[in-house]
Amino acid sequence: MLLEAIGINKSFGGLTAVNDIDFSLDVGQIASIIGPNGAGKTTFFNIISGYYIPDRGKIIFDDRDVTKLSPEKVAACGIARTFQNIRLFPDLMVVENVLVGMHLHLSSNIAKIVFNTRGVRTEEEKAYEDARNLLAYAGLSGKETELARSLSYGDQRRLEVARALAVKPKLLLLDEPTAGMNPRETDEMKEFILHLRDERKVTILLIEHDMKVVMGISDHITVLNYGMKIAEGKPQEIRDNPEVIKAYLGQEAV
Amino acid sequence: MAKIKLLNQINPKYKLALQWVFVIGVNLLFYLDPQSGLLFILFLGSLFVLYRMPVSTRLKYPATLVILAGVMPLVGMQNSYYFDVITQVGIYAALAIGLNIVVGFAGLLNFGYVAFYAFGAYLYAIFATSQAANFIPAAVAHFPLSGNWFWVFLVVGAIMSAGLGVLLGFPVLRLRGDYLAIVTLGFAEIIRIVFNNLDKPINITNGPKGLSPIEPPALFGMVLNQPIHFYFIVLGVLILTIIIAQRLDSSRIGRCWAAIREDELAARSMGVPVVRMKLLAFAIGASFAGTMGVIFAAKQTFVDPSSFGFMESIGILSMVIVGGMGNIAGVIIGAVGVVMLQLNVLKELSQYLGQLAAQGVIHIPSQVDPAKYEKLIYGLILILACIYRPQGLLPAHRSLPNWLKKSKQDKAINGTQEDNTDVT
Repeated sequence: MLLEAIGINKSFGGLTAVNDIDFSLDVGQIASIIGPNGAGKTTFFNIISGYYIPDRGKIIFDDRDVTKLSPEKVAACGIARTFQNIRLFPDLMVVENVLVGMHLHLSSNIAKIVFNTRGVRTEEEKAYEDARNLLAYAGLSGKETELARSLSYGDQRRLEVARALAVKPKLLLLDEPTAGMNPRETDEMKEFILHLRDERKVTILLIEHDMKVVMGISDHITVLNYGMKIAEGKPQEIRDNPEVIKAYLGQEAV
Repeated sequence: MAKIKLLNQINPKYKLALQWVFVIGVNLLFYLDPQSGLLFILFLGSLFVLYRMPVSTRLKYPATLVILAGVMPLVGMQNSYYFDVITQVGIYAALAIGLNIVVGFAGLLNFGYVAFYAFGAYLYAIFATSQAANFIPAAVAHFPLSGNWFWVFLVVGAIMSAGLGVLLGFPVLRLRGDYLAIVTLGFAEIIRIVFNNLDKPINITNGPKGLSPIEPPALFGMVLNQPIHFYFIVLGVLILTIIIAQRLDSSRIGRCWAAIREDELAARSMGVPVVRMKLLAFAIGASFAGTMGVIFAAKQTFVDPSSFGFMESIGILSMVIVGGMGNIAGVIIGAVGVVMLQLNVLKELSQYLGQLAAQGVIHIPSQVDPAKYEKLIYGLILILACIYRPQGLLPAHRSLPNWLKKSKQDKAINGTQEDNTDVT
């Protein structure tokens, strides 16, 4: 078990955004969280990645309790994420965005940097090399020195994933990775996510609205509605679940 | 505009030659006529032209050094006023570079930067006058300390100011933008008022009367109290600050700062330790100011709280903003521009107008005496600069660090050679 959430509860004022959710994820899986708007998916993501501390419940990652850790500590444990509305560093170069992601794996300290020691230079050179490779892997070669803001929408999404990969995460959280993409870009992203699991051995948890993507790549699906888990299982089981259909299409459709 | 286009159409070779002629010519003329205010401005301009010239740094750096360490001292020995102005420019340039680390690199708006400058100045002033004898018994040490301690205090000032920076940093870590600006502003006022009132119960700062005479620096028994000495001290420290700021900017620390500036939340989820990085930015920015404060105290031989008012902070901030936030060369130009405006250009202009009025060429009613309106024009120029050039005179732009580009080229060359051997 890579990630385990036990009885997670989070309210904002009178609104219970996440209500007693149990969730678990095995190594090497691609799992999806789906649900109508306002179901609490992103809140759940934010709890895992340390932005919110749940009112009740526990998050165990890699046998460590990460419930109350700050986002940067959670990242250091090996969880990286992307955002629903892309959050790159727009005025940094593409390659620098990835280099920021590598921060945890670089070690030069301030004294070494000020004296520009050989160690710093070799480390930086290697980091740039790695960043370039990672960008090539994400299909962004040749754009290293462009500013992140100047990339096309699809490229920005890919860069965000590349930046998250630079953290070398064991678990990658993708918040609507295909939102706003055209069908071709969506297919590419789907392939890319599958590659990530198969080649890079990253476990992936995604929030997604595009059912073709969800049904096509998920090993496991969890459905949320009004902050509660209403169903979970394999894609086929979810597709036929009357509760899920009700949540998505309304009472009469059943 | 037409002129600029024309300049761009000129054959690059001729353009380069023209630039060399300008740089050398201006320096020669300035050497021959050290009294001319116009030539002084052109002289500073020639440094900028040199900076922008498309020649190798192997040529550029020595040329800059010749100008700064050769021409300027030669001129300065004949006209110590310009020595004073350019030393002032240097001090403010170093301050602007330090503030730029906080504001430009890390994006933390700081209206109280002068507090650290004041702290450094008082630190040296207290121990380099007999003031420290008020609270440290003579058995421990005899005050004033000798000028040899100046060099130690350059470092001590940096370290202590960095500590003060961290102290300020802690309570404001959660604040951003305007809130941060207000707290830092208050902090600077607190520091100034503390210095103003710390003459009782124990007289530490001598209150509003200020401290003097401060021991000038000394080296191997030689007292360094001439303008030329301070010029070279400032030049040395300025070069050091430029190198440090440059290296930090292109390092992993600089990238963390930029990431925090661009999107703090995203930076955190990349594992950037936001708290530590912000404190580091405050500390390093403050340390630059502390060191410059020590130099300022030694140069003036007198400090009092009035030198460290709110306008001083605003002045340094405007250098950073007008020059180009985040760009080291930009903020230096900002410092040159703002200091020259304040000390030189506007004064000469109002003097010139006053002269014309005295000669009866033009008539100026006493209500609009140009000398009274220097600050107004200064403010107007700042407003215009912000409207027409919001990104600064020399906007920040990201590029790969030079040494990395070089190694990339080397590799590319090696790579093609390997390819060739593969083919054969």
